[in-house]
Amino acid sequence: MTDGKPAREAWITGIGLASSLGEGLDQHWDALEARRINADETTFAPYIVHPMAKLNFDLQIPKKGDQRQMEAWQRIGTYAAGLALESAGIKGNTDILPHMDMIVAAGGGERDLDVDASVLNAQAQGNADPGLLNERLMNGLRPTLFLAQLSNLLAGNIAIVHGVTGSSRTFMGEEVAGVDAVRIALARIAAGQSDIALVGAAHNGERKDLLMLYEFSDFNLKDKFAPVWKRPDGHGGFALGSGGAFLVIESKEHAQARGAKPYARLTNVVADRARRTNPGAITATLEKLWGQLRVKSGATAIITGATGASGVTAEERAFLKTHGDIAARATGTSFGHIMEAQFPLGLALAALSISKGKLFPPNDSTGLEIEMSTPPTQIVVIGAAHWRGEGMALVETASA
Amino acid sequence: MTSTRDKFGRPVVVVTGMGVVTSLGAGKEDNWKKLTAGESGIRTITRFPTDGLKTTMAGTVDFIPIEPFSSTVLSDKLADLAAEEAVTQAAIGSKGDFPGPLFMAVAPVEVEWYARQEMAKATGATSGIDYNSMLKVSGGGEFASFHHRFLFGSVADHLVERFGTKGSPISLSTACASGATAIQLGVEAIRRGDTDAALCVATDGSVNPEALIRFSLLSALSMHNDPPHRAVRPFAKNRDGFVMAEGAGALVLESLEAATARGAKILGVLAGCGELADSFHRTRSSPDGKPIVGCVRNALSDAGMSVDQIDYINAHGTGTPENDRMEYQGISAVFGERAKQIPVSSNKSMVGHTLSAAGAVEAVFSVLTLEHQRIPPTINYDVPDPAIPFDVVPNKARDAKVSAVMSNSFGFGGQNASLILTGEPA
Repeated sequence: MTDGKPAREAWITGIGLASSLGEGLDQHWDALEARRINADETTFAPYIVHPMAKLNFDLQIPKKGDQRQMEAWQRIGTYAAGLALESAGIKGNTDILPHMDMIVAAGGGERDLDVDASVLNAQAQGNADPGLLNERLMNGLRPTLFLAQLSNLLAGNIAIVHGVTGSSRTFMGEEVAGVDAVRIALARIAAGQSDIALVGAAHNGERKDLLMLYEFSDFNLKDKFAPVWKRPDGHGGFALGSGGAFLVIESKEHAQARGAKPYARLTNVVADRARRTNPGAITATLEKLWGQLRVKSGATAIITGATGASGVTAEERAFLKTHGDIAARATGTSFGHIMEAQFPLGLALAALSISKGKLFPPNDSTGLEIEMSTPPTQIVVIGAAHWRGEGMALVETASA
Repeated sequence: MTSTRDKFGRPVVVVTGMGVVTSLGAGKEDNWKKLTAGESGIRTITRFPTDGLKTTMAGTVDFIPIEPFSSTVLSDKLADLAAEEAVTQAAIGSKGDFPGPLFMAVAPVEVEWYARQEMAKATGATSGIDYNSMLKVSGGGEFASFHHRFLFGSVADHLVERFGTKGSPISLSTACASGATAIQLGVEAIRRGDTDAALCVATDGSVNPEALIRFSLLSALSMHNDPPHRAVRPFAKNRDGFVMAEGAGALVLESLEAATARGAKILGVLAGCGELADSFHRTRSSPDGKPIVGCVRNALSDAGMSVDQIDYINAHGTGTPENDRMEYQGISAVFGERAKQIPVSSNKSMVGHTLSAAGAVEAVFSVLTLEHQRIPPTINYDVPDPAIPFDVVPNKARDAKVSAVMSNSFGFGGQNASLILTGEPA
């Protein structure tokens, strides 16, 4: 729509995935087909997490020194980003990577739990020395921990390890940051402001400090694992997951010029912020976004990042009910909730399903997820955040 | 009649409202007066004990009382003040109904010490406190406000409620380039025709013990504690680091067409934006200076301007030994011999480094420079560094004809962003 010129078509030409189910497209597809779930009910009991599958980080982050400068979320993300570049066929391509744009949706702030505990115990024991906090932090914190805490340092590490340097932007704001990262990347490509972009996010869910943040509002799934749709409203919640999802998105012209094949076309990404104090606001917003996507008739599926949290997931269920003939899949069941990365994950699985001409099977005992036997030609990806923000994207079969 | 399109056929993007808060004070008027008088906002920290710290001063904003102190709450209030001033000046939309999206640069949010201390207390224990015991008492809703406060999107969330911006607000961090990136996102959205107006805000209220210690452990901070107002010495030979500071900047951006149609006063033009990431190191610039050179060239090319058309450079100028040297190297590679003649000053010599807010704070000061035709000085410049032969506008503001300003922001993680602002559409 820019300057009266028609929007340029954008393709997803690279997908990088690493999660509790493994790494790479084949392992993930096999796991989804087998309805495999890797949920750990004991390590962080009563909280349930989907732990990261063991990765050989050397494969994507060859320098040990680089690995040491990162904490887990950055290593996972840098690894997944490398897989995406590899899948797009541009890993190490010194013609393209220096001009490639990058938008990362990031959290951050991995803490040194022992240093925290040492300060808190000293204070609880009545140590009122005004310099206590300073002294413990000055002597206890590793200087490089800060770099693992800074949100923009996942993008920074990807630039260092993989050489993506056209631009580097980091969006924050939990799930919807993942939506907005893709939304802005697509808008820039469609308008000719960018030709090719690396977009994605990573999350380490195996963190007690993060569990605490979500426990403040009772968002954590406790005691026993259940599929997303089985979690009762009022006692719902999410099981945090670890994982990274990155996409290479480029203009059709750019992809064709370098002979790259698309997994799928990324047609549209929209987002909004419902006033959630009004009951029904999320359902109405999702319906509005659906209208903005301009979904065509045809073989359609839905992949949602529904969290399982009370309230929001009930409202999303109400929305899905009005589209009840469409096969839907909740990624939260298989992957857990990987927060900023949940929406890029949905896009990755949508593009993969489109390219395989097949939607992966339901993983749900409630009957909400129905079988789909026809090859999907378009998949709607939904991201309704646990607290704020809603997004949606349309992924379609690309026509060369 | 001025064209509402630039030479590339894109909508011209203009500034119609600005707000700023720094350690010098609240509002454009107060800030500009002190900035051009060469006053420093750097002071000895009184907010928390500084026992055992190597750096004991900062550009704190102490005139907004917050008890218990919270960096996130302060960031929120600073953003609110700056945005209020900008939106009021622009007189756009109606109260609580801003007709465009919000782009919000904010420091990464995390659960703060006062919250952890409250959780430790809630355990009822005096020993053996750890995350397990705190987790046990976190739920039930008693501490739900901590969840809402310490989400990354919480500052933007409040601004949306307050100003009624449209759509999904974007919170972003590109470290010390964040403020410039927020502006760039607004410029791009208007050029795409996605919106006629955007509210770009950048804020930082990070002066707390842990943040100070983190930068200190990276040996990035000045230790010229006494007297504090002499601490930041950009481009001087005896510079020894940056000084953390707080503040916020806000700009209302509009398409020239929309601004003209509603009869808004045009304060300046966002003529160009450039960026380029550096893959050399997490905290250091590439020694060949190429990323900075490329970033500056990208901004010039985006504006369709040549180096001869830039009259003044609002430097990143943090006062770290490395940044200032690299900035000179980058600028001189692009500007050639002109690098020694063009005025280059650092607002940070007075307000300190407002980190996530700096790009927007300095964009506001750049537009004020255009408006007043007066260049703020680089203070504390007594010992020139022969390796950096910039005209730094030493110690005293200078009247000058300024029709185009380049404002640079460089940050950890290889972040580089440059803006070009002009008084009139090119």
